[in-house]
Amino acid sequence: MEMTRRDLIEIGGKLLVLASAGATLEQIIGAEPAPEAYKTAEHWWGMLIDIGKCIGCGNCVRACSNENHVPDGYFRTWVERYQIDGDKQPLVESPNGAIDGFPLPVTADVKAFFVPKLCNHCVDSPCVQVCPVGATFISPDGVVLVDESYCLGCRYCIQACPYGCRYLHPEKQTVDKCTLCYHRITQGLTTACCENCPTQARVLCDFKDPKDPIHEFLKKNKVQVLKAYMATEPKVKYKDLDVAVR
Amino acid sequence: MHGVDGFMYPNEVELQWSVLIVLYPYITGLVAGAFILASLERVFNVEAVRPTYRLALLTALAFLLVAPLPLQLHLGHPERSLEMYLTPHTSSAMAMFGFVYLWYLTVVLLLEIWLEFRADIVRMSKTTTGMQRLLYKALTLGSDNVSPAARIIDDKVGYTVTVIGIPSAFLLHGYVGFIFGSIKANPWWSTPLMPIVFLFSAMVSGIAAVMVLYAVCMKARKTVIDMHCMDTIARYLFYTFVIDFTLEMLDLIHRTYEADESFHSLNFMVHTRLWTSHIIVQILFGTLAPLLMLAATQLIRFREGVRRALYLTSGGLILVGIFAMRWNVVIGGQLFSKSFLGYTSYKLDFVTREGLISAGLLMLLPFAILAALLKVLPPWSQPISNASSAD
Repeated sequence: MEMTRRDLIEIGGKLLVLASAGATLEQIIGAEPAPEAYKTAEHWWGMLIDIGKCIGCGNCVRACSNENHVPDGYFRTWVERYQIDGDKQPLVESPNGAIDGFPLPVTADVKAFFVPKLCNHCVDSPCVQVCPVGATFISPDGVVLVDESYCLGCRYCIQACPYGCRYLHPEKQTVDKCTLCYHRITQGLTTACCENCPTQARVLCDFKDPKDPIHEFLKKNKVQVLKAYMATEPKVKYKDLDVAVR
Repeated sequence: MHGVDGFMYPNEVELQWSVLIVLYPYITGLVAGAFILASLERVFNVEAVRPTYRLALLTALAFLLVAPLPLQLHLGHPERSLEMYLTPHTSSAMAMFGFVYLWYLTVVLLLEIWLEFRADIVRMSKTTTGMQRLLYKALTLGSDNVSPAARIIDDKVGYTVTVIGIPSAFLLHGYVGFIFGSIKANPWWSTPLMPIVFLFSAMVSGIAAVMVLYAVCMKARKTVIDMHCMDTIARYLFYTFVIDFTLEMLDLIHRTYEADESFHSLNFMVHTRLWTSHIIVQILFGTLAPLLMLAATQLIRFREGVRRALYLTSGGLILVGIFAMRWNVVIGGQLFSKSFLGYTSYKLDFVTREGLISAGLLMLLPFAILAALLKVLPPWSQPISNASSAD
């Protein structure tokens, strides 16, 4: 049987309709289910920092700065380098928050390590306690946030934070700090700093999620928090934290 | 980094609380101290200080009206300050400021001043003319009954207000001390002694201020200074100052003996960045020198002119010394890192919102208000009821 040009166009048209219908059907049947709405009560956020893994590259500081439009000279996160020579006073540096990393150390024969810092999202936050209007608050999922439409800019919370994590935003004139990338983590993403850490020295954890690897990690490893004596119950945990770190 | 020694957390380099926050405890301290001096006469019947009673009340009011201004000027969003009244955060020490302030201003000070001056206001509403008459008429608040029976009621209510006013004055300034003393993150501030040290230093500064103001006013009016009054004020000033000094020394000894992890950092700071303001101005010239002068007047019977000079010199030094104390608390508490590994410095701006000019104007404003108050409510004439009761 001879196939005319008309027959070819007809068959081609039918195939095209069939193919597109099939593709649509596949889209409907085989598509990923729509993500469930974020429920604050089901999360309790924190972070694990493995000091042994941090290489002081400053990627986290840059990523945070870009993601959150942090003004120059202020830091939602920064990295400190400790160089400890025996019993001497440790040499601590954080040039411009380590946004460009660190220069080479002066001497090699010392104990040296990097300590990434950020808001500890404390359970008993002194900053939350002292805010005169409640503009600083802890969210139901455990993130300490600032309502910038409500903050007076009195800076009492900056004085009350033992970790130096807050600053007055020079343009907004309200207090600013790490939000644990709340806009990302509530969308199922990790924080900008964790995402950009090349060694996974920083890992976002959900202490309420039974599947989160943090539970297994805490069973097998010793961790510390900064200034435990302040009784603020930080949710940022450090592995291999040296006694010299303040 | 310029102005930084050692390591500061990056966000700590810039000081958050400026000279305006130094003025806040200084001014509220003068208010509380002036009121306590006034209450000596009213509640404790120390008749010798009567010539300063009304002046002390007006001084307290003039300074109280200015007290919130440094805070207001310091806020990043001053237009939101009303939120502290509307939606106060009950766990915050600072949230209570508005309520403590309003209580003290309206329930204590304005009421007591009105009751004290009511008879004079009524009299002047009848003897003056034009705008003055309208002003005094308004100040009577519609109450022009100054009969002996009405004045007795005024006196009783005034006494009750003063009795309530004494703990209120303690609350006002003890509370300011608590704002600093309750910050556990800052070892320079965090001590339960802070409210009580603030309170006694407030009494010292307020009493000294009224003593100096009284002498200056008498000089300006070419009136004889009541030396019995000055002697009595100086005696109370000395006693209060001894307690204040003891408390501050107790704090110092406790810190030195306990020597916790912050001690080396704070010790270094006192010996370097705070040496002039703390050791020289506050302790040497602002505390030891006036204490010795006042002690000398208690032990030796000097001639009147010498006593007057000693009182005024010590009063002036005390006012400078207590200002230095506030400076050392507020500014000093921000000069060291909470890591205890470094120190920053404070550069006082000149013409900025939180600069020297603003601070200077805010310090002059209470004196301008006081001058106006002295004009409207001259404190020199005795109230009718007291004059009659003294007869």
